Amino acid sequence: MGVIIEAKNIVTSFGDTVIHDDLNLSINQGEIYGILGESGSGKTLLLKEMIMLLKPTAGEMWVLGHELSKIPYNEAQSLRRQWGILFQFGALFTSLTVAENIELQLKEYTGIDKKMRDEIVKTKISMVGLSAHVGGLYPSELSGGMIKRAALARALAMDPKLLFLDEPTSGLDPIGARNFDALIMELRELLGITVVMITHDLESIHSVIDRFSVLADKHVVAEGTLENVLQSNHPFVERFFKNEYTLANYNKRARHHHV
Amino acid sequence: MSRVVIISLCDVIGYNGAMNQTYVHLEELADSIVVHAKGDWTLYSEPQINSELASFHPSKKIVWDLSKINSFDSAGVLLFMRFDEQFRAKFEVDVIGYTSEQQRMYELLKKHSVKEAIPERSEGMLSALGKRAVEGYREFLEFLDFTGYLLVAFLRYFVHPKNLRHKEITYHIERSGLSALPIIALTSFLVGMVISYQSAVELAKFGADVFIVDLAGISITRELAPLITAIVVAGRSGSAYTAQIGAMKITEEISAMRTMGFDPFYFLILPRMLALMISLPLLIFFADIIGIMGSMFAASLELNISYSQFIDRLQEVLAAKHFWIGIIKGPFFAVLIAMIGCFRGLQVTDDTESIGAQTTASVVNAIFFVIACDALFSVILTEWGI
Ligand SMILES: Nc1ncnc2c1ncn2[C@@H]1O[C@H](COP(=O)(O)OP(=O)(O)O)[C@@H](O)[C@H]1O
Ligand SMILES: [Mg+2]
Repeated sequence: MGVIIEAKNIVTSFGDTVIHDDLNLSINQGEIYGILGESGSGKTLLLKEMIMLLKPTAGEMWVLGHELSKIPYNEAQSLRRQWGILFQFGALFTSLTVAENIELQLKEYTGIDKKMRDEIVKTKISMVGLSAHVGGLYPSELSGGMIKRAALARALAMDPKLLFLDEPTSGLDPIGARNFDALIMELRELLGITVVMITHDLESIHSVIDRFSVLADKHVVAEGTLENVLQSNHPFVERFFKNEYTLANYNKRARHHHV
Repeated sequence: MSRVVIISLCDVIGYNGAMNQTYVHLEELADSIVVHAKGDWTLYSEPQINSELASFHPSKKIVWDLSKINSFDSAGVLLFMRFDEQFRAKFEVDVIGYTSEQQRMYELLKKHSVKEAIPERSEGMLSALGKRAVEGYREFLEFLDFTGYLLVAFLRYFVHPKNLRHKEITYHIERSGLSALPIIALTSFLVGMVISYQSAVELAKFGADVFIVDLAGISITRELAPLITAIVVAGRSGSAYTAQIGAMKITEEISAMRTMGFDPFYFLILPRMLALMISLPLLIFFADIIGIMGSMFAASLELNISYSQFIDRLQEVLAAKHFWIGIIKGPFFAVLIAMIGCFRGLQVTDDTESIGAQTTASVVNAIFFVIACDALFSVILTEWGI
């Protein structure tokens, strides 16, 4: 269980606006890692830095043994085939149907024949909780939650070893969100994938996430398991986890487990 | 232990050809065939595994031995599932040596295997043609609808001119008018030059050198400057209108505006149209000047007609009506370009590809209608004897 993603002293700024200042975190192979923080705390930007969509202003980002600012083109391309990404707003290709969106990388990067590709696509569509006829729809014909699911199916198409998810359960109904959590857990166990997910979903934090980091004040203010993070007395941690609502839920779950 | 036996058995049967393959290894036993799956059963090896298994035609009981599989993913397991089903249809099948992960993956995929086909969205040529025809008719109706709305918005503007966004109009005058000056200067100068350069040779044959001024002056002010200006503006601004409004439609900005009570005709389309109606005649005037300078330049080079000679002659022969006819065309062309640009923008559907298609259509339509309108002018003015 080595470290597969490591952010070292990351600084991100746009002109005078500093988003990350000396940010550090590390993600182990095979874990489901959460990134938590208020809206606008720079979670999506951090994710974009991990997937080479944005260069940090300073600092090093190590992913699967590569330092991303110095990675040669060919290695970058092969790195890009090893991960799947679910964007916050889906980012499906609007001129392709859902099935074609999912099929795209399979068609481009593997020699799998049409019949088998269809089989894979159908399975992925069903796994994320959509019915087969949705495969024939264009993104503009989907609801917000369906877009999320379709985008997840696309992220899973190549059975990536590394999965980045930006707020996967926001926009899903609670049942859908729990099914989603269960699917992620199952895939992690069966395929040994590593999952990095940005989430605000307390339920996901309680049930699927192994370790997570809390982004606030341009830093990671707490990192580790839920117990580790609860040790922190940073105001955001206090507000997010130690309010009446959360504590009541937490106790309820704890009781539930004892029974 | 059994290995020795098996190998000798295989030798006896002469099974060697298909036996030692990369991902599948067959062992023929007395009452069954053992299919040893080995290596990485993943996406990238799937085609190879598929062809190896496809060349295998079993004849008796089959035993899958999965113990030598290094790694697998859903493509590998799905492939296993497919052949397993095929074999099971004809023979007895056993599976041995699998891990619990493999079994759970199999179960997960089995649970999510769907018989129902994904509906096909591509269509045949005939239905595409029919659709295109209906689409064309619908587009025509929508254009009439659009024209009606625009007319009402335009009339309402004259009743309540205060409601219109005058700042917006000046902004678009700057974007579509002022910043088009350099490219219009360049094109009209070149066209003016080419006209007189080409005609100079012919006119010199007849010793009619000085008629170059009549020819260039009338053709530039009456026809060429308006056309060139309109074509440049259609390419620059008509396309920009389509792309802007189209993108706003995709991001649902237009829906948001509507729900807030901001009529897109009033907020987006009318300002653009009025801005073009104001700037196009001015641009034509500008193109007149630069075009004539171009032809003056060529005339002095080729025919040795001095600038002052050229201008004296121009004042003598160029009737003001030619100039005015050119200018008058401006607002007409402007309405065509702005209407087509904005209409095409609103026709953008929800996919990004349609922005490209509509922008192309916008420029092509606008240039065609500008030229058609110019021809109409020509016919009418000739009829009237102007
Ligand atoms: N291209 C950009 N230019 C300037 N500021 C940006 C840009 N992209 C994001 N930001 C700012 O960076 C901050 C973090 O954004 P983001 O990572 O998207 O937030 P979140 O944590 O909600 O995902 C926000 O305050 C946002 O305004
Ligand atoms: Mg975000």
